[in-house]
Amino acid sequence: MSEPLLSVRHLSTEFIMPEGKVARALEDVCFDVFPGQTIGLVGESGCGKTTTLMSVMRLLPSNGRIVNGQVKFNGKDLLALSEPEMRGYRWKEMAIVFQGAMNALNPVMKVGDQIREAILLHDLMDRDAAEKRVGELLEMVGIARTRRDQYPHQYSGGMRQRAMIAMALACSPDLLFADEPTTALDVMIQAQVLELLRDIQKALGLAVVLVTHDLGVVAEVCDSVVVMYGGKVAEYGTADHIYNHASHPYTQRLLASFPDLNRPADTLASIPGTPPRLTDLPNGCRFHPRCNVKVKECETVNPKLITISEGHYAACHLCKGQETQFA
Amino acid sequence: MHNLTEFWRTFRRNKLGLLGGFLILTALLAAIFAPLLTPYHPTDVIRDANGIGMTFAPPSAHGPLGTDDAGRDVWSELVYGARISLTVGFLAGFIAMFVGSLFGITAGYFGGWIDNLLMRVTDVLLVIPDLPLMLVLVATLRQMQLNVSPLVIIILVIGLLYWTSTARLIRSQVLTIKERQFVARARAIGAGNAHIVRKHILPQIMPLIVANTVLTISTAILVESGLAFLGLGDPTKPSWGTMLNFAFDRNAVTNGAWWFYLPPGLAIVWVSLGCVLLGNVLEEMLNPRLTTHHLEGDENMISIAAGQGSD
Repeated sequence: MSEPLLSVRHLSTEFIMPEGKVARALEDVCFDVFPGQTIGLVGESGCGKTTTLMSVMRLLPSNGRIVNGQVKFNGKDLLALSEPEMRGYRWKEMAIVFQGAMNALNPVMKVGDQIREAILLHDLMDRDAAEKRVGELLEMVGIARTRRDQYPHQYSGGMRQRAMIAMALACSPDLLFADEPTTALDVMIQAQVLELLRDIQKALGLAVVLVTHDLGVVAEVCDSVVVMYGGKVAEYGTADHIYNHASHPYTQRLLASFPDLNRPADTLASIPGTPPRLTDLPNGCRFHPRCNVKVKECETVNPKLITISEGHYAACHLCKGQETQFA
Repeated sequence: MHNLTEFWRTFRRNKLGLLGGFLILTALLAAIFAPLLTPYHPTDVIRDANGIGMTFAPPSAHGPLGTDDAGRDVWSELVYGARISLTVGFLAGFIAMFVGSLFGITAGYFGGWIDNLLMRVTDVLLVIPDLPLMLVLVATLRQMQLNVSPLVIIILVIGLLYWTSTARLIRSQVLTIKERQFVARARAIGAGNAHIVRKHILPQIMPLIVANTVLTISTAILVESGLAFLGLGDPTKPSWGTMLNFAFDRNAVTNGAWWFYLPPGLAIVWVSLGCVLLGNVLEEMLNPRLTTHHLEGDENMISIAAGQGSD
């Protein structure tokens, strides 16, 4: 296989809470994104999906810091860059579509100006060329050029999300993070936005990291999947591995809690309990208090990521295989 | 320009705001066109047929507001005094807003120790009683023979002391705005601090700054009047406060010369009332959180609806 575009190794991030407690938001997160590939990050709310993206882009809030790990983009270690150097990477190399586009757009700035902002910031072209590019980008996401001078409140929710996508493409990045791009949109618009993302990815050969709750979407569009739980990678593999050969009990139960169209009368399965509080993590495996197949070891020993088969990893004591040695 | 017309259309509907604007505008016009509006120069002494100065003459054909203790026309003094009072008020107000905004934005945006330092400075200034402090400062600075006009001293002292509440207000707004997601987005597109403050924070707090400037100007005019009344004004360039000071020093009250001390007092009220009305209305109009719901109509809409109902 070719060199990964983005490779994340042993990434650990902490937040200092106001009371002085430390929330270990990410621990030992590893995954690779290859050029043109779509990778899904799935897991419950608060399991560290967004924190992963923000750590990679180095956009953590002031109380968060990366304590360990390595993030390589095209072989370059992003965590070693100075802040001005990092600014050059943002948007030009990797762009992000934020969760909830209505908040990510400045309400008092014309949409076109906001799309142009990134192009001008990176000095990619002069004003006239940038203006032309804004028109092209808007048309690419199915918005009429003439609406460039409108304000975000004059756009519908779906249009705003599409405008966000246009903005993300403004500097032709190689990698696109999509942080729950379809939350707060109705089902029709969700489908449109996903369709658009997929078309654009095909047309431009982008690598996409898709953060979502929706396992259906992941199955449809992702090449590989990272299942996260409590700030750790629970299972990581190709879509086929995850859906057809789920090894981690969390993945299995997550899949089981998905409604089955063939048996509509069944009650939905759920996973009892709540995700762990990051300031107060359980000993051993972070999932063990909710796990239905736990063994004694789970309560004391934190499981390592184990290679189950080529490209399929899980962090569970019940899985058999070699301990993974990430390069 | 589209925004300005829309602004004017909303503004026109607000009677109090219009009144405030009118009060300020008339005072400004009077100050600008002072020579055209006054029959005498403010230092001219009006003399009767025998060449004797008409002191404390009541309002008459000679002057619409009578004369002062030296026989000068009070109306002329009042109109020329507007130049001084408004200049001091506007300049000091702008300085205060500039310093306050700078401190507020810096403290709010950067947070941490910068915030702590700037806010402690603000606290210290906030707890010292301002009038005694200013009296001492102005008096001391004037003693130092600095070769600057006493008006410049007053402008600087007011401007550099009256920014504290503005700084706190702006800081709190910046604190909420910088947490908004579009600021995170701006950072994600690779923007630096200067760009974020200029393009994303400043436009959002500009309405607040504008409304607050108008209110600060009114405070500055009042404070200047107070200082001048206490005798710290520039006697060669009399403001309204200086006029009041003269009136009381030269027994206008015991002489029953109300035309000498009432007009400057009322002029001060005129302008500061104008500023307060305009400032409040601007704040209301420009602050999205204070605007009414878009489904609420004005009185006209409601009466039309009621009229249709009774048909």
